[in-house]
Amino acid sequence: MRTILYILQKEFIQIFRDKAILPIIFVMPVFQLLILSYAATFEIKNTRFITLDHDNSVQSKKLIAKFRGSSFFSFSGQAVNYAEAEQALKNNLTDQVLIIEPDFEKKLKLEKTASVQLITNAINGSAASLMNAYATSIVTDFNKEIIVEQMPQKFLGMPIQVKPVYWYNPELDYITFMVPGILVLLVTIIAMFLSGMNLVKEKEVGTIEQINVTPIKKYQFIAGKLIPFWVIANIDLGIGLLVARFVFQIPVEGNIFLLFSVASVYLVVVLSFGLFISTLTNTMQQSMFISWFFLVIFILMSGLFTPIESMPDWAQFLVKFNPVAYFIKINRMIMLKGSGFFDFQKEFWLLVLYAIAMFSFSTFRYRKTA
Amino acid sequence: MKQGGQIITVTDLVKKFGQFTANDKLNFSVKKGEIFGFLGANGAGKTTAIKILSGLSKPSSGTAIVAGFDVKKYPDKVKKNIGYMSQRFSLYDDMTVKENFRFYGGIYGMKRKEIKEKTALFLKKLDMEDYRNMLLKKIPLGWKQKLAFSVAILHNPKIVFLDEPTGGVDPITRRQFWELIYESASGGTTVFVTTHYMDEAEYCERVSIMSEGRIEAIGTPAQLKEKYQVKTMDEVFIKIAR
Repeated sequence: MRTILYILQKEFIQIFRDKAILPIIFVMPVFQLLILSYAATFEIKNTRFITLDHDNSVQSKKLIAKFRGSSFFSFSGQAVNYAEAEQALKNNLTDQVLIIEPDFEKKLKLEKTASVQLITNAINGSAASLMNAYATSIVTDFNKEIIVEQMPQKFLGMPIQVKPVYWYNPELDYITFMVPGILVLLVTIIAMFLSGMNLVKEKEVGTIEQINVTPIKKYQFIAGKLIPFWVIANIDLGIGLLVARFVFQIPVEGNIFLLFSVASVYLVVVLSFGLFISTLTNTMQQSMFISWFFLVIFILMSGLFTPIESMPDWAQFLVKFNPVAYFIKINRMIMLKGSGFFDFQKEFWLLVLYAIAMFSFSTFRYRKTA
Repeated sequence: MKQGGQIITVTDLVKKFGQFTANDKLNFSVKKGEIFGFLGANGAGKTTAIKILSGLSKPSSGTAIVAGFDVKKYPDKVKKNIGYMSQRFSLYDDMTVKENFRFYGGIYGMKRKEIKEKTALFLKKLDMEDYRNMLLKKIPLGWKQKLAFSVAILHNPKIVFLDEPTGGVDPITRRQFWELIYESASGGTTVFVTTHYMDEAEYCERVSIMSEGRIEAIGTPAQLKEKYQVKTMDEVFIKIAR
């Protein structure tokens, strides 16, 4: 134990003496959290649309006004003919074209039915279907008004009414959803890189040889390398939670000690993973590339951006080995739902298992030879 | 040969890297308290052997008993009893002199008080007391080497392995360095040193000369000079290593 304390002392001296690494550790994550949380949103706002109104009637203008009044759409002009509308789509001047047929108003009055055409740029499929859904809901709204206007006696309301209540994130705020996840990412990246680069740096500089010739135990050395970054990453998490609370108004609903306990186990997984890579490689460059390889996979398959449930089966199987996915899930549960330990104990114990395994791997793989 | 007087006993030691034989059946022993010069041209296999003896590398076959322990079976027990200084400077550049001493002392399980006392003692001996709080990177190479040697013998090892400790160091500092070596040998520490400087070989009590993975000659400098009918170790070396 005393040996580990001496290593800790040395590591902390070195970390705090490195004037370049300190801002990386403590300032960068805050900036990333601020920037990413605002930027990484899948909400569709300001969908640009142009109209091609062949009718030019009171009703057609009313419909267009409804679109213009919605915050989801931003009106970007009128086309005079179909070719012009198509060109606008091609040149990416608009995302949607709303085409109203001639005699739109007349048909509504006489035949009680008329149609509009909606052309959507569907290169991004999920965005396109969202735009379509918004547009359809505006048209449905318009429909209702016409029915009320034309045959008020017939309108009895919809037979079934859905009144959604959104729990845990009542305003469907994307930031609320993203912040807990991004927080996990930042802590993960810091932890993985710091630990991944540290041991291999001693190899590059040559100081590891002097260590290897001492009677130090392997687990002592790995623990001595792990604990400083474990402390730092926990502090980073704390700073991130403060930013979440006071900048984004997202308090931790659940027990904060529970959150840090899970984080502590999770960080052992990530740090050991970094150290493991460090023991396998000989230069910082190699270590960095391998760390990135795993980080990109872990992050893109973490459920941060895309729901795990909609991944193909083989990918869902792979996610079982992704520690980032576990912690994002648990962090969202604690921060947003206020979940307790028993709500995620399965994931927690898997993380514990993972931590023990990774620490053993890196200890085993570390060679006291030169 | 008496086992009691020997601190290193190497028997039929072989180290192979694939097809290449770096150490080919080495047999030699080093007496307690001796300054043993381990000579050889570049690539003769000295560093390979020194790494095996210090428990950093495992032999392919044969045995090496260092400080009473088999290096193959008990590398950590060997490591506890030896000091090591490599040709590559390996103290921490971003830590101060004092911090380096404290760290290595701590790793070898020395008491805090003992570390403090010994650090003060060594710095006084090196006349470097004013530099105790200076970062290692600001200290000239020759001085660093003396510090590295002091760190290597801080925990009072039975043997200290020095792998080309004076490479790139000026003659005056080299002379001072050898004074340090003599001093620690007179304190009972066995010194196992490799070098390219043949004047340094003259300082050793016994030397061995390696060539192409084998030990070609072993004995006191005087014996070797007589055997090869030459006047200096330089000539002995050239006759053998060529």
